Amino acid sequence: MMKIINIGMNHKTAAVELRECLAASSNSVNKALDFIREIGCIKEGIFLSTCNRVETFFTADRTPEAKAFIISMISKIGNIPDKKFLSSLYTFEDMDAVRHIFRVASSLDSMIVGEPQILGQIKEAYAQATIQKTSGVILNRLMHRSFHVAKRIRTETEICDAAVSISYAAVELAEKIFHVLDGKKVLLIGAGEMSELAAKHLFAHGVSSMVVANRTFDRAVEVARLFDSRPVSFDEIEDQLIEVDIVLTSTASQEPVITHDQVKKCLRKRRNRPLFFIDIAVPRDVQPEVNKLENVYVYDIDDLKGVVQINMAQRQQAAIKAERIIEEEVVKFEKWLKTLSVVPTIVSLREKAEAILQAELRKSRACLGELTTIQEDEIRVLTRSIAEKLINDPILFLKRKADRSTINNYLDITKQLFNLDNNNRS
Amino acid sequence: MTFLCFNTALFFELLATGGFIAYVIKQQKWIFRCSYWILVAGFICHTVFLGSRYYNLGITPVLNLKSALSFFSWTIICAYLILHSKFRLMVLGSFVVPFAAFLMIISSAMPWMNGPIRPVFKSLWLTVHVGTVFMGDGLFAIAFLAAVMYLIQERQIKRKRLGSFYNRLPSLATLDGINYYSVMYGFPFLTVGMITGSMYAQYAFGTYWQWDPKELWSLITWLSYAVLLHERLVAGWQGRRAAIMSIACFGILIFTFLGASLLLGGYHSFSNMGAKGTL
Repeated sequence: MMKIINIGMNHKTAAVELRECLAASSNSVNKALDFIREIGCIKEGIFLSTCNRVETFFTADRTPEAKAFIISMISKIGNIPDKKFLSSLYTFEDMDAVRHIFRVASSLDSMIVGEPQILGQIKEAYAQATIQKTSGVILNRLMHRSFHVAKRIRTETEICDAAVSISYAAVELAEKIFHVLDGKKVLLIGAGEMSELAAKHLFAHGVSSMVVANRTFDRAVEVARLFDSRPVSFDEIEDQLIEVDIVLTSTASQEPVITHDQVKKCLRKRRNRPLFFIDIAVPRDVQPEVNKLENVYVYDIDDLKGVVQINMAQRQQAAIKAERIIEEEVVKFEKWLKTLSVVPTIVSLREKAEAILQAELRKSRACLGELTTIQEDEIRVLTRSIAEKLINDPILFLKRKADRSTINNYLDITKQLFNLDNNNRS
Repeated sequence: MTFLCFNTALFFELLATGGFIAYVIKQQKWIFRCSYWILVAGFICHTVFLGSRYYNLGITPVLNLKSALSFFSWTIICAYLILHSKFRLMVLGSFVVPFAAFLMIISSAMPWMNGPIRPVFKSLWLTVHVGTVFMGDGLFAIAFLAAVMYLIQERQIKRKRLGSFYNRLPSLATLDGINYYSVMYGFPFLTVGMITGSMYAQYAFGTYWQWDPKELWSLITWLSYAVLLHERLVAGWQGRRAAIMSIACFGILIFTFLGASLLLGGYHSFSNMGAKGTL
């Protein structure tokens, strides 16, 4: 009996050092697929390797043999002995494996639940497998279903809606204020990993220009070069406040860099355009009173953390709904898989009908004499429709019974009734 | 037939209201789509109703409060459908349609009155005057609702309490934009309506302006919207202040519409428009 098997490790079961070994070589996917194609006991196989997980999906008749082979393959690719990673591996079979790929594809199994990259990575792995021709009927279907499940979960639940990183939450807020960030101008005060990440996010969402201010001008020049933007001195901040829409601050200053009076002064000149301060410095760079000004919004690091926390809770809710969708889809897939068992019988039934048809046509053709092409076509249509109508009901019957436990009996009877086994041999 | 149309329109609009409210809670696109088409169906029935009333009476049906409310509701839905094609803002319907349906409910609760119509109303002037004024009112109603939505959203962002409306309401910039466009397009309608009204008065009564309470309050409404537009265009007002101002302006407008007609008397009041009217 053919089984769908999944062997893999993810960020929960394996330490980063181990995952690194396997993710290191970019060619590992091709190597793995080569191995899979060579070995006889594995019919179809897909290999996925990202920085957070290594997954293999394959179908095989002789399960233990195939499993042992996959483990030795992982050890060869990562250049690590079995003992080192055996404890980090998990193995799922049949519907558990199907459930697992569905969960992985829809990002329920990710380190950050709902992150969108994983689906792209799976699509990539599947594309590789189709190029290498290691994926067949079952895995093709499985992969397409998992893309479908991921899409369903994305549209039917809010799992991907909420921003769960601070810099992303800031971007989301900016979009709630300005609608689109296209053409908006950013002032970056101070530098640091987090503020640069936030700036990157803002650029990715359409912000067109940025100015960078820093206490030491050299550093400002350095950061400005990174983002293809303009450096300004610290004294120019006040003038810049008139121009910009979003201010991102992260200085190490003990005193506030932006004061209430400073902002109040510039509001008139700004003609009341909204101004959004993202303050990720501790201690804070923007006086809290600034938030009281009209059309000015100040979010400090704690506020942003609050937003992230709300979003996290929302995701937990959505995850429950997503699990239900996955169960639905697993059941559907199981049903499809069961219809597969009747396919060979149906195919040989069709083949037999076709063979009889051709043989009989050949026999009678001689007695029919000269025929026009129209008549000849008509005879062909006639014989074919008789044959098809005869086998149609048995085929429908088999398809209907496909998910019964007694299907093997039905298949047996069908084979005997139509004498299919002998027919194949002859 | 006419009344059947009215009741069907009312039914569809109530159904659409339910749908739009369900949409804002459930956030499912198909609910919106259904509600939208139900609303369109209701709007068509409503239009047929107004058309057949116009045909039967020979004038635009606005001479009593019942008809005026139903006409007001029609213009609001009309303005919404037009704005929807521009902004594609689904959640706006969840505020606009209940409001329009609310006006229809009040209208439906009032008795039908079919007195004879005085010849002075049988004039194209009435149609133009009332049509433009109400179209302006409809747009101002949308501006008012967008301002309410703006204030809800602004409050959430300002106080950093991102409740369930935060995700459902659009961005501040969008809401401010809708408010601005509705006032900007509504204002010329109101202006034209008032000018044609005064020309109609000249034609009917021989005087452009007679210090009728409705005339006076319309002028006040017009001036307040003029101030709002002026501040927006010249002083760069936007956001919260503009939203509060447009809510206040709409308050004055409603008073002009209801208060001036029902409480203050004058030739514009509904009681004077019937056959027994003195004028």
